[in-house]
Amino acid sequence: MPLPYYVSPEQMMQDKAEYAKKGIAKGRSIIAMEYLDGILLVADNPSVSLYKISEIYDNIAFSGAGKYSEFENLRKAGIRHADLKGFMYSREDVTARSLANGYSQTLGTIFSQELKPLEVEILVVQVGEGEQGNELYRISFDGSIFDERGFAVIGGRSEAIQVHLKDQYKNEKPPLKQALNLCVSALETMTNQKLSFEGLEVAVLDRTRIGRKFRRILPPESQLILTT
Amino acid sequence: MIAGDRRATEGFQIAGRQMEKVFRVDAYSAIAIAGTAGPAIEMVKLFQTELEHYEKLEGLQLSYEGKANKLGQMIKANLPMVFHGLIVIPIYVGYDVRRGEGRIFKYDITGGRYEESEYHAIGSGGKDARNTMREHYRKSLEEEEALKLALLALYNAAEEDVGTGGPDLIRGIYPTAKVVNGEGITDIEDPRIAALYAALIVERKKES
Repeated sequence: MPLPYYVSPEQMMQDKAEYAKKGIAKGRSIIAMEYLDGILLVADNPSVSLYKISEIYDNIAFSGAGKYSEFENLRKAGIRHADLKGFMYSREDVTARSLANGYSQTLGTIFSQELKPLEVEILVVQVGEGEQGNELYRISFDGSIFDERGFAVIGGRSEAIQVHLKDQYKNEKPPLKQALNLCVSALETMTNQKLSFEGLEVAVLDRTRIGRKFRRILPPESQLILTT
Repeated sequence: MIAGDRRATEGFQIAGRQMEKVFRVDAYSAIAIAGTAGPAIEMVKLFQTELEHYEKLEGLQLSYEGKANKLGQMIKANLPMVFHGLIVIPIYVGYDVRRGEGRIFKYDITGGRYEESEYHAIGSGGKDARNTMREHYRKSLEEEEALKLALLALYNAAEEDVGTGGPDLIRGIYPTAKVVNGEGITDIEDPRIAALYAALIVERKKES
């Protein structure tokens, strides 16, 4: 009788993590950054219809890096969770913290129990009523969750961008133009090429808006913001 | 233009004087309700959530036709409750972004959906309000004239129908109105409605 071969749990986890990391690093990067009136999200995304950044609820946005089909499923689950909660209780009871916890649970369970881990890294951000109330959560493929301040980066060479931004980002929250400039230049230094506005997906959670705070900034407008 | 009175009744008693019957649904449409308040308001809330949910999942809004059909299905789902006496009849108006025009939809209890090209009114005083509008409606009405006509129709309906409330001058409670056009949906402010009613009442006094 053939013996079932043995792989140690440590080895298995390591292999899975390596596999997931490879998948995520292949893609392009996404940056979320706190600015004066809210949170700015910028993604290096050549497609104009397949979004990486999306609205979840009144003051919450989602962004995913890695395998499109996988983070798209997570995005839809998040919207369902938020809308259901908002309908059942009240709109103000929908929070990024509870969403991020849900994502963390899901990703953690899949990472430890399924053969193939999800090759995704996601961001859940929530704009607060005051300047200090913003929340940025980064959730990795294994379900570990990080509470970020100032800015957060996922996908591609995220660690290098993080180091780059740590140098550039001051503790004071910059105005929109400066924040956008910072994000674009950070993405450009990593890709070593000038990025066209058409290849950038930009959105904001703007706390000055009434009701739903999420707004996409289309290429002509982002060009306008940077040049004026 | 969409407007509604503020009265809620319980049998022959007044249950509320400040009830809102006109709701914003999304950026380009509004709904007004008649019938049983509880299920009607719940239906509006669910309808708002459904449209927003669709928009976020798909990344774009439903067509106006699609929204109107969805509402029809929700009314149809309420049909069993109708036999228990819990009727909900809405009127749905909006700006069709693809066609570039305003549209009005009325419904029956089975979810049947019918488009009106000029005006419509629902509820216990609906017939009286329609009578007023039939006399004064023109295709070329400006926003201000349309608002005036809607308020006049509600006023006349309140005179004939016990279920419709008129302007409450003592408490300062007036019907509410919203206007939907290509730029989106705007609430008509209370002072503007109060002023129009003040002028209307002066005119009526002169006539009598």
